[in-house]
Amino acid sequence: MGLKRNVGLVTGLRYQGRGPMLTFILHRIGGLGIVIFVATHMLSSFLGGPAGVFINTIYEHWAFQIFIFFCALFHAINGLRIVVLDLWPRLIEHQREAIWVEWAVFLPIYAIAVIVILSTALGG
Amino acid sequence: MAEKRRTIPLAKRGFDFETVMWIYTRLSALVMYLCAFIGLAGALIMGARTQMNLADVLRWTFMPNPNHVLNTNVPDLAPWATVFWKVMGSIFIVFATSHGLHGLLSIIEDYITRTWVRRTIRIIVLLLTLLMIGIGIYMILTA
Repeated sequence: MGLKRNVGLVTGLRYQGRGPMLTFILHRIGGLGIVIFVATHMLSSFLGGPAGVFINTIYEHWAFQIFIFFCALFHAINGLRIVVLDLWPRLIEHQREAIWVEWAVFLPIYAIAVIVILSTALGG
Repeated sequence: MAEKRRTIPLAKRGFDFETVMWIYTRLSALVMYLCAFIGLAGALIMGARTQMNLADVLRWTFMPNPNHVLNTNVPDLAPWATVFWKVMGSIFIVFATSHGLHGLLSIIEDYITRTWVRRTIRIIVLLLTLLMIGIGIYMILTA
């Protein structure tokens, strides 16, 4: 027996989930980004050779570093919020405030990291 | 009016694979936080303040292996290739891979509904998890 879901992709995209939905989507994208990055990074260093070197040059590019640091940092901070709210369910009523705190922690750290990455990559 | 009961005894509820993995995902996240903080402390002791850049600090934080931080100004990496850091790296690999690939499975299963496809993907993801843990620990032990 397969699952029955009566929601199409277009309806899904029109869902007005706002803050919590945004964190949900970014958590998924971040998680996928990390899994693909770690898997191919391990594979490239395992295989070595020209293919490994080619994959590593992509990973050392500043644009990719900005992307993967977004994935890792957002997934880590949002994941910590999920852990706290899930292990202490009573706190669920403060989840919107928790999301604001999360952005307040995420944005400065990410901004500093992006400045460091860009000034190292472009400023020399 | 009697209030509706919203909980059932744990014994009656049972623990199936998804429930166990739900709690495992949360706990493995905490374990990875711990590993990352130990790695970060290691990088600071190593000389992160003066001899490493941000990228190398992060590289050591997430995979404490001397081969991972070759381009630093740390004069001697040999003291850092110890059993302790190999064990830390292996623990990180095991938890990160199982956490990550179970996450991949949940994402895939949100969009795939046919039973036999779901079953096939479960087997593939399980094999991928074992393969990645195997490759990762092999890399750490031979580095």
